[in-house]
Amino acid sequence: MVLSPNDKTNVKGIFGKIGGHAEEYGAEALERMFAAYPQTKTYFPHFDLGKGSAQVKAHGKKVAAALVEAANHIDDIAGALSKLSDLHAQKLRVDPVNFKLLGQCFLVVIACHNPSLLTPEVHASLDKFLCAVGTVLTAKYR
Amino acid sequence: MVHWSAEEKQLIASVWGKVNVEECGAEALARLLIVYPWTQRFFSNFGNLSSPTAIIGNPKVRAHGKKVLTSFGDAIKNLDNIKGTYSKLSELHCDKLHVDPENFRLLGDILVIVLASHFGRDFTPACQSAWQKLVSVVAHALARKYH
Repeated sequence: MVLSPNDKTNVKGIFGKIGGHAEEYGAEALERMFAAYPQTKTYFPHFDLGKGSAQVKAHGKKVAAALVEAANHIDDIAGALSKLSDLHAQKLRVDPVNFKLLGQCFLVVIACHNPSLLTPEVHASLDKFLCAVGTVLTAKYR
Repeated sequence: MVHWSAEEKQLIASVWGKVNVEECGAEALARLLIVYPWTQRFFSNFGNLSSPTAIIGNPKVRAHGKKVLTSFGDAIKNLDNIKGTYSKLSELHCDKLHVDPENFRLLGDILVIVLASHFGRDFTPACQSAWQKLVSVVAHALARKYH
């Protein structure tokens, strides 16, 4: 799936408006994912997954930073996330189905905190972008 | 039979009590058709679906969205027998409407996002979790009679 010029504008726009909240949104998306899809916790046996966990906050920050990086290099997401793609293929090996789950939760977080920003058009673009990121991160799996 | 905790039932009921079924239903269906445009394949007789604006304003989309979400209400009234509640609708979607059950999952996820946008912070992780479970159970029930 290809991101149109409009999609890219929408994605850059929404990340621009979210600004500094991205890190907090990353953490909340993870928290929601662990609550709604408990099987995703199996990838974090080494984490404290309790409410307010510092590890979840830190990890959320990392996830958000990667999304911001991808948005900032939206013409070459594969290039921007190449190292992360290697990491997921060789070490983390998170089953591809889980990227959609995290994507859903990220959309829910944005909907909760910025409903007016998540117009149907922006929703569509952001969903496509999150799919594209998931595709890049699993591209080298086999 | 699906087990619902008292907390899940309460979270589902409390959100549902405040939902404007017509508005939310219309919005959820419109977003489905916009975010996943291939879903328009089922609505060739709905008239103008040529742009997000057209879709959002389309009276057939609004009416059908309301119908679909109203049906969700039946599931909520019968949480302990969602399978039975949707048995005939499942047959209909398979035999007459020929809808790939994946579409139920897509609509369910969109509905959760629409609820999140309406309820904001009140749509807590626990709330989302209960509703993701509900939409998943509904999707499963609608697919159950497929053959």
